[in-house]
Amino acid sequence: MKLTLKQVDRSFGAVQVLYGIDIVLAPGEVHALIGENGAGKSTTMKIMSGYLAPTAGQVLLNDRAVTFADSQAAEAAGVVLIHQEFNLAEQLTVEQNIFLGHEMKRGLFLDKRAMRDKASALLKRLDCNVSPTATVRDISNPDKQMVEIAKALSRDARVLIMDEPTAVLTAREAESLFTQVDRLRESGVAILFTSHKLDEVKRISDRMTILRDGWVVGQHPAEDMTEDAMATAMVGRDVSSLYPVRTRAVGHDKVLTVRNLTVPGYADGIDLDLHDGEILGLAGLIGAGRTETMEGLVGLRAATGSVNGKAPFPNPRAALDAGIAYLTEDRKERGLLLSKGMRENLTLQSLSDFTGLLIDETAEDAALTRAIADFDIRAPHRAVTVGNLSGGNQQKLLLAKTMLAQPKIVIIDEPTRGIDIGTKQQIYEFIHALAAEGKSIIVISSEMQEVIGLSDRVLVMREGRIAGELSGDTITEDRIIRLATGLDGRKDAA
Amino acid sequence: MSAKLDLRVLGPILALVALIVVGALLNSNFLSAGNITNVLSRSAFIGIIAVGMTFVITSGGLDLSVGSMAAFIAGLMILVMNGLLPTLGPGVALVLVGMLAALLAGTIAGFVNGFLITTMRIEAFIVTLGTMGIYRSLVTWLADGGTLSLDFGMRTVIRPIYYDGILGISWPIIVFALVATLGEVIMRRAAFGRHAAAVGSNDQVARYSSVNVNRVRMLTYVFLGILVGVATIMYVPRLGSASSSTGVLWELEAIAAVIIGGTMLKGGFGRVWGTVIGVLILSLIDNILNLTDGVSPYLNGAIQGVIIILAVILQRERKADG
Repeated sequence: MKLTLKQVDRSFGAVQVLYGIDIVLAPGEVHALIGENGAGKSTTMKIMSGYLAPTAGQVLLNDRAVTFADSQAAEAAGVVLIHQEFNLAEQLTVEQNIFLGHEMKRGLFLDKRAMRDKASALLKRLDCNVSPTATVRDISNPDKQMVEIAKALSRDARVLIMDEPTAVLTAREAESLFTQVDRLRESGVAILFTSHKLDEVKRISDRMTILRDGWVVGQHPAEDMTEDAMATAMVGRDVSSLYPVRTRAVGHDKVLTVRNLTVPGYADGIDLDLHDGEILGLAGLIGAGRTETMEGLVGLRAATGSVNGKAPFPNPRAALDAGIAYLTEDRKERGLLLSKGMRENLTLQSLSDFTGLLIDETAEDAALTRAIADFDIRAPHRAVTVGNLSGGNQQKLLLAKTMLAQPKIVIIDEPTRGIDIGTKQQIYEFIHALAAEGKSIIVISSEMQEVIGLSDRVLVMREGRIAGELSGDTITEDRIIRLATGLDGRKDAA
Repeated sequence: MSAKLDLRVLGPILALVALIVVGALLNSNFLSAGNITNVLSRSAFIGIIAVGMTFVITSGGLDLSVGSMAAFIAGLMILVMNGLLPTLGPGVALVLVGMLAALLAGTIAGFVNGFLITTMRIEAFIVTLGTMGIYRSLVTWLADGGTLSLDFGMRTVIRPIYYDGILGISWPIIVFALVATLGEVIMRRAAFGRHAAAVGSNDQVARYSSVNVNRVRMLTYVFLGILVGVATIMYVPRLGSASSSTGVLWELEAIAAVIIGGTMLKGGFGRVWGTVIGVLILSLIDNILNLTDGVSPYLNGAIQGVIIILAVILQRERKADG
């Protein structure tokens, strides 16, 4: 089945977000939709799958104009959107989830055997080994992704739209997803997906559409595009030099000495030193214990060992009083109050600086004005609910919030997860500027390039321990991977 | 968007104004000074408690125990005063001791709820359902199934706390106004109010933002306990007695007032002035039904129920996109 958007416009109130979008999703083709946050990718996908109606223009299925009343109507027609956040009932089993809302019945009763058989067949077709009777809560992220796809297929999806399917997957998990995508392509499903990871786009897509500020700025066969060309097209300027050049040398004063830090179950005997003005990278595979180590360091988890010669901090307030702040990787669940405004979020961590007997709202407003300017936060208006900001602007606000507490040492966990390349570049500049001011920074990142591009020195963690330290020219992707996967000690063999 | 927002802010106010207009049209006595004082004085007990409840609910908690807590504290206060009467004699000193006992008991009761909820990590609903039963049972036991009565001589000494006042405004109204004003300022302008809303909105974000989540939660329950003590101090002089039927369903009326006022039941947003309006709406309905012949006062609960549900339907539209 072919799905076409023809000259589609979409406005929210007075704000137009899509301008004359033309996209054709052909059967047996994987189409990538790329663009910065706020370029209009989500809106485009929602129009395709019946969550939103176009303000002008048409949606065509096999060249016939259709109007989906809602997402269920689109699903009935074979167009299914898989959301970035899984839409699964965690307490139910895999098969109950697959047939949720479309249960097979025999007379008045559920036909459990038929559903079990069909679920098994679907999962087998996807080459997924998860049991139909497993509880969704207990299965891994990629398996959940597979269950979502099986759910879509059980509704006879002929057009499958996936919003950042790999955002929560590791590289290996993503690869197994792509194997399944290849199969679906062969069986004639039309597929559209979005991703910020351009190497994946290159790897899996046949064609791509590039959006910028609500306009289609390019449509190309994937083989014609390099990652650099994609990035340049998305941002509209050259981004080949993503990482700024260091302007200030690392200082000689040790600002942090951690010895034998142990977080039960996650980290064991971690030693690290940090100097003033230094950017220390913390690399490793997902699950290596990097986040937990740092959470232990700042008092968010119970930990033993010594930090600057003393016991680890009992709580984050004590760490902050000592000048150490931790910026979480999970900005939506742990970083920001999504239902509150920017001002309340900005000052939450340093509210005591704004409070005598009462909160000084004038000072708060002034701080927000400064933060908006310093961190280039782009909000439609000052009273906006933070949940309505784009991911990149949320991240900038989170950074502003953390820096408002004036820490001397900042631990930034996944500084650019799920944000577009233009904003990434800005955040790298902020991090460098902070280091140039003499702040010391620890960056945890699962993006190898990011660790390499930002850090003066890199510690690699594996299974809760420091596997090795790299600095200067020895910081290479190869060396990091070898340490992270446990091939260390044989690094000259390659 | 802005029109809806206005409705959410104005909704409770409009409902209150509508009720006043209806009341005035139905009965000429409605706007008399006597009736207004009566309504406000009776609102004060629930009102003082509801202000504390606003903070508990805003921070994502709940307290079902306040009604029986009030009964228990009333019983305790009476026992303390009766017990010390021979020593201290009927006078101001004894009244002060009784008040102190009530405040102390409220503080401890709130602390117990808070301790079980924060340190022991038990659901607020379960904890306060438990303590609700415990306090109710304790007051019944103390009264031996009957009524605990304050010594007759003491009643005349303590009576002015409910019936007297300044410039014709009775003490319960004055105390309610003070508590509400203080509550509103704390909710909107003090760090504690901001922290309570942050904890109720997302306790993980609060924790990662160096907010001491347990301390904030604990304090909301302790404040509520103290306010229950204050409400009881106002209540005991009115009847001079406490029994197993004292304060029955107060917890639900307090929660209802908070919700009608626009505070979100799941936490994260609260407004004290809304709660005050919620309390007034609930007692005006009662008052109007009593003053008029058209509708039976027995339907009071039904009408209040409809209003609570309507308030929640209005609240639902607050939901943000994110």
